[in-house]
Amino acid sequence: MLWNRTGLVLFALALAIFAFLTAGVRAGLLVLVGLGFGLVLEGMRFGFAGPWRMIVTDRDGRGLIAQFLAIGLTAAAAFPLLAAAPDELFGAHAPVGLAMIAGAFVFGATMQLVMGCGSGTLVNAGSGNLVGLVALVGFIGGSFLGTLHLGWWTGLGALPVITFQGLWGADAGLWITLALLAALGAVVALRAAPGKRMPPRRLWIAAALIAALALANLVIAGQPWGIVYGLGLWGAKLAEAGGADVAATAFWSVPGNAERLGASILTDVTSLTNIGLLAGAFIAMRWKVDPGAQTTNLTAASWIAVLMAALVMGYSARLAFGCNVGAFFSGISTGSLHGWVWLVAAFGGSYMGIRMRPILLRPAAPAAERVPA
Amino acid sequence: MSASAPARPSRPVVAFIALGLLAAVVLLDSLRSPAVDLFAAPPPIALGSGVAPGGAHCSGG
Repeated sequence: MLWNRTGLVLFALALAIFAFLTAGVRAGLLVLVGLGFGLVLEGMRFGFAGPWRMIVTDRDGRGLIAQFLAIGLTAAAAFPLLAAAPDELFGAHAPVGLAMIAGAFVFGATMQLVMGCGSGTLVNAGSGNLVGLVALVGFIGGSFLGTLHLGWWTGLGALPVITFQGLWGADAGLWITLALLAALGAVVALRAAPGKRMPPRRLWIAAALIAALALANLVIAGQPWGIVYGLGLWGAKLAEAGGADVAATAFWSVPGNAERLGASILTDVTSLTNIGLLAGAFIAMRWKVDPGAQTTNLTAASWIAVLMAALVMGYSARLAFGCNVGAFFSGISTGSLHGWVWLVAAFGGSYMGIRMRPILLRPAAPAAERVPA
Repeated sequence: MSASAPARPSRPVVAFIALGLLAAVVLLDSLRSPAVDLFAAPPPIALGSGVAPGGAHCSGG
């Protein structure tokens, strides 16, 4: 066990040093931030999709309240930072639009089908969850495909970018954000069953650590924590390797995106934290004495449903200007109205996805029940 | 008669496959993309650097 854990520490250090030597100090720091995310999310079982399901199915609001706490803690520092350094830092600000709302709704539904959201898919794959691995493949493909049609979808109708800072100023915007989060927490606490309201100590610590890592991401990278952009970039790189002329498409010919497409993925912020996140989840899983059982086996049709749902999840995340991390967590914590709209739409979709789960995800017959040939 | 369900790989095996796929993406990219010019790399910390961030984020269009 000691050798195993020593090896895991060395693996983490080697990954950060590799990024440092090949892409610079910032890249190494961002891999370390990503490793932190993976360790906390997997090691302390802090999730997004699970708590959204638990409040509906079990009236368990502890995980959801911990999410609001993490977002509030992040916002408390992110608002002043963004106000103090507007030329060096930017928030996860995006327009509210028809496609954005529909995308968030569909994302919410599909994340319940693949049993993980944006960060959850990376964590699940890194920690050896077979559904997570299949979902990651679909998520990468969907995130890329979404970039090909984003212009058409956003053309259906969208408001200008609206931020709480723009509406009320940085100070009042922050207080309104914190008040809304507190009100939502109160609603969840009222909905939750007795004994399932107050998060356990583990989740308080995890929420504080997630907030600290999200702020480190903002300060180091100049932009908030995100997931989807990096996965879409990986899909674009793979498509290019397969012969597709990705650079000629509208999304990837925009200067910032074209620069990322033409450069190493080790220069892309979200790719670096995604790499660290997946590796961190792997380390957290291997650190345990017992890595846990594999997920329930599914029928072949259900595996196809998982792959398709992940493809749609990636596509819809692109239309929604982010997943639970880029839109919900980072959007709200940096003052974007689209983060709040995303929350409402995705929660509605999540409710539908919970209902669809038993229909689409069917366990395969256990070996003992099979009739011998 | 129910369909035969194949044996599932353990969590460590699946995790190693995930890491392998990730490594393959990074390796493929390193073969196709130019090496990073470390002298042109961004400052270690964006805050206080005076440099505007690149802008590649999920919230971007």
